[in-house]
Amino acid sequence: MSDLLIDAQGLRKEFGPKVAVSDLTLSVQRGEVFGFLGPNGAGKTTSIKMLLSLTAPTAGTAFLLGQPLGHIASRAKVGYLPEHFRFHEWLRADEFLDLHGRLYGMDQRARIEAIARLLKLVGLEERAATKLGAFSKGMLQRIGLAQALLNDPELVFLDEPTSGLDPVGRRLVRDIITELRGRGTAVFLNSHLLSEVEKTCDRVAFIRGGRILQIASLSEFEAEAIQVIVRVDRPTPELLAGLALFGRDVKSGPSDGRILLTMSDPALLPAVARHIIDNGYALYELSPERLSLEDRFLQVVGEVSDE
Amino acid sequence: MSILIISRLTIREAQRRRLLLVALIMGILFLTVFGVGFHYIRRDMLLFPPGEQQENFIYGFLLTAGLYATNLLVTIVAVLISVTTLSGEVESHIIDAIVTKPIHRWEVVLGKWLAFALMVLVYLLLLTVGLMLIVYWQSGFRFENIAYGLVMMTLGALLVLSLSIAGGTRLSTLANGVLSFMLFAVAFLGGLVEQIGGFIRNEAAVNIGIVTSLILPADALWKKALSAFQPRSFSSPMMAGPFAATTEPSTLMIVYSVVYLVALVLFAMWSFTRRDL
Ligand SMILES: Nc1ncnc2c1ncn2[C@@H]1O[C@H](COP(=O)(O)OP(=O)(O)OP(=O)(O)O)[C@@H](O)[C@H]1O
Ligand SMILES: [Mg+2]
Repeated sequence: MSDLLIDAQGLRKEFGPKVAVSDLTLSVQRGEVFGFLGPNGAGKTTSIKMLLSLTAPTAGTAFLLGQPLGHIASRAKVGYLPEHFRFHEWLRADEFLDLHGRLYGMDQRARIEAIARLLKLVGLEERAATKLGAFSKGMLQRIGLAQALLNDPELVFLDEPTSGLDPVGRRLVRDIITELRGRGTAVFLNSHLLSEVEKTCDRVAFIRGGRILQIASLSEFEAEAIQVIVRVDRPTPELLAGLALFGRDVKSGPSDGRILLTMSDPALLPAVARHIIDNGYALYELSPERLSLEDRFLQVVGEVSDE
Repeated sequence: MSILIISRLTIREAQRRRLLLVALIMGILFLTVFGVGFHYIRRDMLLFPPGEQQENFIYGFLLTAGLYATNLLVTIVAVLISVTTLSGEVESHIIDAIVTKPIHRWEVVLGKWLAFALMVLVYLLLLTVGLMLIVYWQSGFRFENIAYGLVMMTLGALLVLSLSIAGGTRLSTLANGVLSFMLFAVAFLGGLVEQIGGFIRNEAAVNIGIVTSLILPADALWKKALSAFQPRSFSSPMMAGPFAATTEPSTLMIVYSVVYLVALVLFAMWSFTRRDL
């Protein structure tokens, strides 16, 4: 079987005149944690819903675990924590997990084992006999997460899994994702919490207005993560060319003699300073800044104007 | 298999939400009121015995009234318990985590339908058989063709149930409730018009009735049941009124109803499979 767990080609969803997702083309490998980032209304949830056949794409094709969308049997190995994690509130937590275990087609022994293990994992083992109607928002999200992991999935969709969680819960979700990756499970993660995405994801996609703007691995981002601002008395083309030896994307800033360059190795900063001074320029500023994912997000998503 | 998981879940929900308990208590209350009322009417009547034929007529009338109320009640209960089942779970997104499991959406629909059909059937039998036993124990009077008549009543209730489930695949809970009750009301009214039309030999009125029973054959099935229970006194003019029928629906109407029922369930399965959640 192929290691491409998600393989989407040009998925598109229109709601009347509104294009929610215009061209979703991406692939996710086994054991990969894929972050799906974008502002509110960007089309993240709609994308997940198409991949899970909750809504029918207007156009495009996609394969999940090597099977075309809507293939029933392969869903046994797909977990999903919905954005609106509402469940049958008159069920007890353990009954709820048992129901979903049955729907997954697990036999009784597997269910009993998994329910005990997962209740413990999400920190609800003492609330097994509590009705979901008496659960707090964060507890519901935790039990929903347990539900998504019941049948040892190969692929898990988590739509903002930490939106209702306390810091401990967020940490927990991060640890769970890391563990899933270790087991070879692919995770498709929608999130607005970029610091968490930064810690857990292998690759991220930026989406806005239904269009994917960029897909890149986080290590790529890290490699280009230092942006250096250089301010000298008179930036010349020779200086720009000289600085290009130390980094990439050298460009002169908008005003007052600033030069921007992107570097990957902070150890080269003294050499940059020496190069500038040795060539007779007056150096006023040399400030390195690490680009966080949030900076990236604002850069990529913010620079596209709304249409 | 998946169908049965959904059916069990649906029944368990009815149980947890105390639907079954309340329905049972109210059913017993209903039977008690009828039983006590029947007892006193009969006792008064027997002070001056009117003769066997008149007695049987009155027993039949009372039992028909009871069954008529039951038919109405069960129909309303069938709509009430099923009207939110799909639309409500779609609106609350409870359904999202269910239909992304390895289960066909039509299995969800069919599983729910089976559970509600079972509940409706049991409730209908409980009330109708209860009424008949009360009358039989007290007076020895009994209807004919009981099984056949009950099948007709069940068919009518299941039709309305299927209508509300089919509507729930697309409509909001409120719109679906209005649709189901209004269709039932239209069928009921049409049945009344047809009956009066038959009585005064007005063809247009009869045709209105026929058209409405094509829209929803629930009322026609009730009349079919009635004519089965009392084949001889069926067209007695004394029996006119909402409890009776002057025109017996044809057997073709039964075939039509069964086809209608199956079509509604199939439509519900298809429609729910196709919709966006
Ligand atoms: N059922 C629907 N009918 C009409 N428009 C819809 C529907 N569902 C989503 N949309 C529209 O599609 C767009 C994308 O919505 P979506 O829920 O995918 O956003 P999102 O990226 O998940 O946002 P958020 O971060 O707020 O969860 C929005 O403009 C939304 O208004
Ligand atoms: Mg969303």
